[in-house]
Amino acid sequence: MTHFSALSLLKNALTGHRSWTPQWPESQPKAEYDVVIVGAGGHGLGAAYYLAKEHGITNVAVIDKGWLGGGNTGRNTTIIRSNYLYDESARLYDHALDLWDGLSQELNYNVMYSKRGVMMLAHNVHDVQSFQRHIHANRLNGVDNRWLTAQEAQAFCPPLNISPRARYPVMGAALQKRAGTARHDAVAWGYARAAASRGVDIIQNCPVTAIRRGSDGRVTGVETAKGFIRAKKVAVSAAGNTTVVMDSAGVRLPLESFPLQALVSEPVKPIFPCVVMSNTVHAYISQSDKGELVIGSGTDQYTSYSQRGGLPLIEHTVAAICEIFPIFNRMRMLRKWGGVVDVTPDRSAIVGKTPVPGLYVNCGWGTGGFKATPGAAHTLAWTVAKDDPHPANAPFTLERFTTGRLIDEAAAAAVAH
Amino acid sequence: MLLIHCPYCEEILPELEFTYAGEAHIARPADPSAMSDGEWRDYLFIRSNVRGPHYERWRHAHGCGRFFNAVRDTVTDRFLTTYKAGEPRPDLSSIKETAE
Ligand SMILES: Cc1cc2nc3c(=O)[nH]c(=O)nc-3n(C[C@H](O)[C@H](O)[C@H](O)COP(=O)(O)OP(=O)(O)OC[C@H]3O[C@@H](n4cnc5c(N)ncnc54)[C@H](O)[C@@H]3O)c2cc1C
Ligand SMILES: [Zn+2]
Repeated sequence: MTHFSALSLLKNALTGHRSWTPQWPESQPKAEYDVVIVGAGGHGLGAAYYLAKEHGITNVAVIDKGWLGGGNTGRNTTIIRSNYLYDESARLYDHALDLWDGLSQELNYNVMYSKRGVMMLAHNVHDVQSFQRHIHANRLNGVDNRWLTAQEAQAFCPPLNISPRARYPVMGAALQKRAGTARHDAVAWGYARAAASRGVDIIQNCPVTAIRRGSDGRVTGVETAKGFIRAKKVAVSAAGNTTVVMDSAGVRLPLESFPLQALVSEPVKPIFPCVVMSNTVHAYISQSDKGELVIGSGTDQYTSYSQRGGLPLIEHTVAAICEIFPIFNRMRMLRKWGGVVDVTPDRSAIVGKTPVPGLYVNCGWGTGGFKATPGAAHTLAWTVAKDDPHPANAPFTLERFTTGRLIDEAAAAAVAH
Repeated sequence: MLLIHCPYCEEILPELEFTYAGEAHIARPADPSAMSDGEWRDYLFIRSNVRGPHYERWRHAHGCGRFFNAVRDTVTDRFLTTYKAGEPRPDLSSIKETAE
């Protein structure tokens, strides 16, 4: 694997960029692995990387039905933040933020993590109270989050309309300065490259059709389009398609899959310095380094695997954006797309063991798991390697839906991302 | 945008008139205090989340206001049929034929 550095860039520039080598090989499946990970999104690839790097387990395959990073990892709006309400969430998301900090250096791959700040707008008294509650809870947990007045919010983000006559008046905002964005593809590619260089096989275009179990109930491997692959342990990290994969192992999950859409505008010069989210009107926006405005919405109302979603939602979102930022009224939109997100009843993820020995699951990240990528990957690898969860993911069990110990971010905020 | 047939109004109308109301045919437990924690989990939280024909509830919120059931293919988002609340779950093989 070529090490990326200013020197290697210069050398390749001088030789006309003809001697770059592929960043990971085209792997074909071996007959048997210590660990098979289903799903080559950021979470699955990252888990393979941490298995190899931190636990010395390198006989690992990551299998994807499509191309790596082609699921929600490559479709999301890349907002990274950790200002969730509950102690459990604060620990897990802040664990991820700590890993984001050094990720580009660690992977020798620029994931373009940019701490440009995420500002959440309060449009009514309920928002004000709920955000202030979040801010207090966050500060008790040592998580960065602070209150801004409407004027301070506009100073931080000049395109914001704070006129008291606005359709969605801004009564203040919660700002997490440590939050921001990263380049989604680079996260998948960086982990893929780093995992492959430690011996992990990445097998693309190979749907996993079933999980097989032995007579003792233990996992024995996975059935795939390229035949049966034996595995001592299997970790499923298949986002919106998790239900389908886990059903084949006889594990039923509290998940529903919904379309989630996003869109980008034509690229323009830098105008938008941060990320702004408005949960009340379900719209959020940032500007990519390429110059496009990146706009996201809430999920469509119905469950679906179509990776599509309906136009009414896009219209609603864009209308809200034009109200909050009138300056974008005449901006043209370039394209829109959808992903399939796996939503749990309490809007918190499930990362851990399952009732089936040797089978692990990482799912339920729904509309907001990109930010968690390094944390989910790291704790999933830990759980698989030790057959025991890491303290950060220990509360995120499947059993909580039986015991009632929910981590109810849904009720706390009704926050989309 | 989905086009949805309301079995009460007997009209095909745009999705905007309707609200989705989750998986259909989940019966409220007859004897709640007799249920185990596992049974409560299944009732409250576990959903079939089918990839394919899905039995689901809709409400014609901006029309007659009534709840009804539908079978929709979650891969194509196409409705196979809609039927009134209280009617039995239609047999999948028969709807598929009529849909084709
Ligand atoms: C439009 C949109 C906007 C979003 N915005 C944000 C945001 O701003 N911030 C944020 O934090 N999160 C956001 N999210 C959520 C975030 O994208 C996901 O939670 C996160 O990327 C999940 O990562 P993953 O690796 O688990 O899933 P994925 O990247 O979806 O990876 C799962 C992989 O599993 C594969 N797979 C599925 N079934 C099989 C099978 N049977 N066999 C083999 N492979 C299979 C898929 O092909 C896929 O590549 C957004 C999502 C969407 C769709
Ligand atoms: Zn009607």
